[in-house]
Order: sequence, then C-alpha cells, then structure tokens
Amino acid sequence: MFTTTPLIRKKQRNELIAKCVFGGMALAMIVPLIVIVTYLVVRAAPLLSWEFLTTNPSGGMRHGGIWSALLGTVYLVTVSLLIAAPVGVLAAVYLNEYARESLFTRIINLAVVNLAGVPSIVHALFGLGAFVLFAGIGRSILAASLTLAIMTLPVIVASTKEALAAVPVSFREACWNVGATRWQTIRGIVLPNSISGILTGVILQVSRTAGETAPIMFTGAVFFKKIEEGDPFAYSIWDQCMALSMHLFTITTQVTEAPKALPYATAVVLLGAVLSVNASAIALRSYLRSRKKW
Amino acid sequence: MTKYAHALRIGGVALLALGLFGASCKKKIDPSEATPAGSGAAVDDNKKESIQNIGSDTMVNLAQAWAEEYSKVAPNVSVEVSGGGSGVGIAALINGTASVANASRRLEPEETEKAKKQSGKEPKEFMVGYDGLAIYVNKQNPIEEISLEDLAEIYREGGKFNKWSDLGVKGIPGAKSDEIIRISRQNNSGTYQYFREAVVGKKNDYKAGSLDMNGSKEVVELVAKTAGAIGYSGLGYATPDVKIVKVAKKKGEPAIVPSIATVLDKTYPISRPLFMYTPGEPDRAVHKYLEWIMSDAGQKIVEKTGYVPLSKK
Amino acid sequence: MKQEVATLGSAARSRTSEAPAQIAARRRRVEAVSERVLEWLIRLCGVSAILFVFGIFFFVFREGVGLLFGDFSLRKFLFSTEWYPTSHSNVRYGVLALLAGTASVTVTAMLIAVPFGLGAAIFVSEFCGKRTKESLKVVIELLAAIPSVVWGFIGISVMNPLIQDVFHVPVGLNVLNGALLLALMSVPIMVSIGEDALKAVPDSFREAATALGATRWQVVYKVLVPAAKNGLLAAVLLGVGRAVGETMAVLMATGHAVNIPHSVFDPVRTLTATIAAELGEASVGSPHYQVLFLVGILLFSITFVVNLSADLIVKGVRKG
Repeated sequence: MFTTTPLIRKKQRNELIAKCVFGGMALAMIVPLIVIVTYLVVRAAPLLSWEFLTTNPSGGMRHGGIWSALLGTVYLVTVSLLIAAPVGVLAAVYLNEYARESLFTRIINLAVVNLAGVPSIVHALFGLGAFVLFAGIGRSILAASLTLAIMTLPVIVASTKEALAAVPVSFREACWNVGATRWQTIRGIVLPNSISGILTGVILQVSRTAGETAPIMFTGAVFFKKIEEGDPFAYSIWDQCMALSMHLFTITTQVTEAPKALPYATAVVLLGAVLSVNASAIALRSYLRSRKKW
Repeated sequence: MTKYAHALRIGGVALLALGLFGASCKKKIDPSEATPAGSGAAVDDNKKESIQNIGSDTMVNLAQAWAEEYSKVAPNVSVEVSGGGSGVGIAALINGTASVANASRRLEPEETEKAKKQSGKEPKEFMVGYDGLAIYVNKQNPIEEISLEDLAEIYREGGKFNKWSDLGVKGIPGAKSDEIIRISRQNNSGTYQYFREAVVGKKNDYKAGSLDMNGSKEVVELVAKTAGAIGYSGLGYATPDVKIVKVAKKKGEPAIVPSIATVLDKTYPISRPLFMYTPGEPDRAVHKYLEWIMSDAGQKIVEKTGYVPLSKK
Repeated sequence: MKQEVATLGSAARSRTSEAPAQIAARRRRVEAVSERVLEWLIRLCGVSAILFVFGIFFFVFREGVGLLFGDFSLRKFLFSTEWYPTSHSNVRYGVLALLAGTASVTVTAMLIAVPFGLGAAIFVSEFCGKRTKESLKVVIELLAAIPSVVWGFIGISVMNPLIQDVFHVPVGLNVLNGALLLALMSVPIMVSIGEDALKAVPDSFREAATALGATRWQVVYKVLVPAAKNGLLAAVLLGVGRAVGETMAVLMATGHAVNIPHSVFDPVRTLTATIAAELGEASVGSPHYQVLFLVGILLFSITFVVNLSADLIVKGVRKG
C-alpha cells in the first residue's frame, strides 16, 4: 500500500463526508416515517383491539368500532380490482403483443401515461357524471368501484406492459419457430414469465384504492350506515357503504367530542392494512424473482 | 390485418368514444329509480327500505344520531347519512340522488325552480329543529361580547376591522400577532350562507383570506388551538376548549348568551331553523321517519346533541 | 407442429377407425374458434381501456369548455384573485389565488424534496451495500403506500401544533404544512426513478473514472450526475406532477384560505382542494359546475405538460 499523501487523505475525507451527507438524506426520509408511524400507533393504542375491528360505530360514532367502514373498504377494493385487473392486463397484452407500432398506439401510450397522473378529484368528477348520473347506477358500491377501477386502470396497464416487455423477444421467437399461435405463446411463455411483475403491479394498487377518498366521496361512500356486525355479506353491490378512508376524514373533520384515540386508531388500521398488503406484494415479488430461471 | 380492417377499427373506437362524449348529456333520473326503496306502494312494513339522507354538515351529527336511534325503532329501515354541506344535499335533491336533503338554510327560489324542472315535483319543506350560531374565540382571548355590526366589519369584504386592537382588545396572551384570524366555512356550507345573510349582508361577500374549514367541528378545533382566532359554528359543536362570545344585536343593546332558551324566544340574534327537504310528497317510509323526527323521541335527540328542539306547542 | 400432428393423424387414420381423426379435427376447430374468441376478447379489453382513457378527457373538456364560448372573460378567470362563485350579488371566478396556492405549495415541496430525494437516490445507487439497499428500497416503497387521507390527518394532528410551536406562528395549517406532506409523498417517486436513471449509466463510465483515481464522490458529481441528468430531471418532474395533483392531504392541511401567500406560514387554497370542496354543491350544469370543470381542465393541462415532458425525457434516457 502506498503511504497516504495529504491529497489522498483529503479525497478520502471528502468521500466520507459525501457518504455521510447522502446517507443522512436517505435517513431523513426514513426517520420521519418511523417517528410518525410510532406516534400514531402510540396514540391509537388504547382503542386497538379485535372488538374495534368487528363492532359497528355507535354512540354517534364516538364509541364502538369500525366494522362497517372496514367491510366497505374491503368490498370497494375487491370489486374495483376484479374489474380493473383483467381489463388492464388484457389491455396491456393487446398493446404489447398484438397491436403494431403506429401513431395510434403511440397516442394510446401517451394517453395511458397521462391518465396515471390525473388528480383523483378529476376521477371523482368523471365517476359522478358518468356512472352515478348518466348510467343511472346511482350512488353505490358499484359506481364507486367503477370510478376506482378507472383510476387504477392506467397504472395496471403501464406496469403490466413493463412486465411483459421484460420477457426477452427470443422467448417469443422460439415459440413462433415451433409453430405456436400468438395466444399460445402468450399463455404458455410470456404470461408465466411476467406474472411476478403483473401481480405486484396489481397488488400495489390495492393500497392506492383503499386509501383514496375523493373518488368515493361523491359516488358511493356515506358518513354513516348501519349494517350487521360480523356478517361479511352485509353490503350488496347496489348499496352505499362506509369506507375507512372516508371514515377517517369525517371523524377528523366532523365528529365532535370523539375520544382522542379514535381518529388515530382508524388511521392506524387503514395504514396497517395498506402497509401489510404492500409488504406482502414486495415479499411475493422477491420470492418470484428468486425463482426466475433467467 | 389489412389497412381496411385497421381503419374500421379506428373508426369503431372513434364512434364509441363519440358516443360516450355525446351521451354524457345529463339523463333525467327519476328519484324513485335512484332510491330503489323510494317508490311508493311499500305496503309491507317489514320490507327492507333505505333512505338516502344527504346534506348539511351542521346537521350531520344530528342526522347520524337520528339514524342510529331510528334503526332500533324500525330495524327494517336503513337510513344512510352523508354530509358535504347544505349545498350538496340540495344539489342531490335536484339530481334525484337523495330521498331527504338536510339543509341549515332555506331553499333559494332558483333551487326550487331547478328541482321542479328536473323532477316535475315541488320540494316539500319540513322544519325539524333550530340551531344557534355561536361565535367562538380562543380561551385566552379576553373579549366577552360583540355586536353584529362589529362581526360584519371583521368578516365583510371591505370591512374595517383587521386587528384585535380595532375592537379594543389589548394583547391576547399566546397570540403571535395582533391580527384577527378569521375562521370560516367553505361556500357549500349552509352555515356559511346563513352567516352571510344574517351578519355580513346578503349583498356583500366575505373578506378573502379567511381559513375556510370543511366541517363545523374543524372551526371549533382550530379556534381552540389558535390564540388570535375567531370563528362561527353551530352551538352543538361547542367544546370546553373554546370560549363562546355573547352577541348583541346592535351596539349598546345587551349581549345575549346562546342557549336553547334564548334561541327559542328569539332573543339570540343569530339562530336559524334546520330543514329537511323531500322531492315532492314523501313516500310512506320517509314520511314515517320525518314524523318520528318531529315527535318527542326525535326531538329529545335534538336536545341531547346540542341543538334546539322545536318549541312545544 | 400442428402440420406434423395432422400428417401423423392421417397416417394413423388409414390404419385405425375414423373416430380419432374426427376427434382431432374437432379439437382443431374448437381451438381455432377459441383462439379467435380470445383474441377478440383481448382486443375488446384493449379498446375499452382506451375508451375510458379518452372518455375522461372528453368528459372533462365537454363539461367545462362550454363556458368559454359565452360572455366569459378568460383573462379575468386566470388573472383575478377574487373567487366568489356563490355570491348573491357579484359572482366572480378568479383563480389566480388558487394557482398561487398550488404553485407555492408545490414549489416549496420541491425545494425540500429534490435535494433529499436525489440525495437518497444517489446514496441508494452508489454508496450503500446490497443488504442496506434492499431494505432502504422497501422502506421507501412503504412510504409511497401511505394514503393521502392519512397524510392529511398527520398534517392536522401532528404537523399543525409542531409548526406552531417550532416557528412561533399563529396558524399551523399553511403552505409549509402542505409542502412537508407533499415532499414526503413525492420523495419515493423521485428516489425510485432517480435510482433507475443512475443505474442506466453504463458501468464503463464508473470504471473509467475510478481508473483515473476518482473517489466515489467525485465519480458521482463529475460523471454520473451529468450523464444521468435527463433521468434525474424526469424524476423531479414526475414528483412535481404528483404534488400538483394531490387532493386530500392539501384539503386538510393547508388552511384553505383564498389569498396569495406572502410567506410559507400563510394559509392557502389549491386548485384541487377547491374542486373537492365545492363540487358536491354545484348543481349539474350550473355556471359554478362548469367553472369547476374549467379548473379541472386547467389542472389537467398543467399535469399533462409536466407528465409529457417527463415522459419524453425518460424516453430519451432509455434509448441513450
């Protein structure tokens, strides 16, 4: 090893400073996250329990639990993903595998990318006008789910396209060379190899759907609605529903004299549900990636 | 695929898109369609009904308390409550998506016209209680009473009072500046409209720069946390963390404390009736609900939630 | 493959009974039909997705654009600060204060988020080991998953008193509050896309620089950042797009006051919050309703321009 000259020492010192500075910046994001989440959990602790999740709000929404809101969010997420995921995946398959590169497809791509950036309030405008009023569905879980589906559709299309594009063209060419049709190629080779990317793209939208308030405020979420406790089929698709995100908003802005822990507890449940779904998506992605043969 | 088929495809897509475009014309929704149980002829008392109750934020906690209590009285009727503001409720009434609209202000003549045009029926008004509009200030604020004219000068566009010293209030402990921090509501709120009518002046507008809150509760909470703030909200939203200011109708007249008694005998100058509107004559289920609300059972809940019940005849 | 099976079948056919050939032929027909059906299903999905994409554009434009052809002054709309849509005597639709609100919150948020986001991207990409990288990326993705209503709640309950105490200002619901929330929300986008951009710089650049004796820090600021600047810019623009379009968090945390802010401690109202607060109230087709859609068009145009530039820049990065 050479003896360290002053120049080398200076470079090493700058290196260390830079590492610390950038590391500090990365830390500056993580630390607030941990502090905030811990603060929320601590303030919510007095109310969190299994009963909280399974009983309805009572006493003017100041006591009881959040069952109706929790079930409503589950319904909204499930129905909207059941609509958006197949349509989005198939649309991406169409765009990536079938459609030829032309001005038409480039415009489509542009539109899809831009739609992903549309503020959620514009989706609410659209959902209100198109589904609630024009299609006559009225305010309901169906209308709200359709609005949420439109919101997540472009992101699912974009992420599926990425996943499909990651499959090397040579795989497809090999299939065509043995005489498989396009659909056989897709079903047999392309989809199985991109399933990890597709799945994680879809699952990540779960958290977005569960957390959105504006699109459901005008299309099917209500302040209060009484349903049977513990009954997982208490809502029908034509009913309106309560939702966790809406519940948090109304408790924060409208319900007086609520116990201090109540909005924190609602926030923690919502956050916990969202983060656990995301964490499982990440775990699924690493598992599927480790199994990839190429 | 040939060029012809390709062009056909593009044409088809364009046609469909055009269809969606042109079809976004407003479709007249029959109120009985949007509220599936709303159509009449519900003779069976045990049939599951649902009542869509949308509107005033001021009334939303009251409406929720009614809905919760009524579900024990008539378990087959589900009352679904939404807030959003009196304006939202009335718009829903006009659009046909509400069976009952809550409003903390009267329907304007243009709104009645619009409702008649859309549904063919004239909206029916039911008075269900009263609400005193209280003026809240921070607990540290020494002010005890205020007149309507002073309030107008604070809130009106072009009004002259911008600092607490203009009102003769010297130094609020804990306030970072002398500025009067006006807390108001957003313009979809019936409370906002009523305050404009009663205090600011119907022909005038609010001074820009007030913090316009979403809900009645937020006004009170913000006033509690902000030393130099003043805000108006329903009496039912009072908490022990804020101070209620006595209001005098004119400078020099005695200032009155808002309470059930002073609202009922009309000595408190800023109080208003609370309304529920139905599109036309209410059907059986809604009618029974409104009757229950205006009965003793419903009015007891009005009092319990901090509002003023209808005076006993 | 199919042709070979067919010839095999015909060879076998002459030896055995007719049945297997008929079965094979039927199976081929069914396969062909189901293939076509599937193809049409896929095309239908593609087309309907596209339909909805255009549908939203059309719908929003249709509802708002009608106003521009009446006696509506676009100049007053864009340049007046007086927003009184429900006035009884003097209806005014000036969005300048709202634009200022959106701009001030976004700019402040970017001032906070860009250094931290890009710094974190550089750290994740260049300075940390594989294990730390994985865990950091997981944490950042979880940060991105927090719903905006929870951020709004944090703004009201946590940031509000914090800002009041730390900065000794009368009101904690202001530009700074909203900007902090938006910064925390858009940093994950910046980190992931920025990291992609840095990863896209060929290793040969790094190797060449190190061979000349540069430290990691020198490699970063002399070689990588200039090489990846397109991608980093795109990352920033996408963060901006996210910030401009955010609704719930700013609705709850910025104080919702119509005025042009003079400092970061003034409360403001953004375009998105205005639509969210006033939409339910405007009856369908009224001038207020149309103006809100016009505001929506304005928002759309801003996010369109931002996203378009980011998209074009990223495409440039991918190719080169």
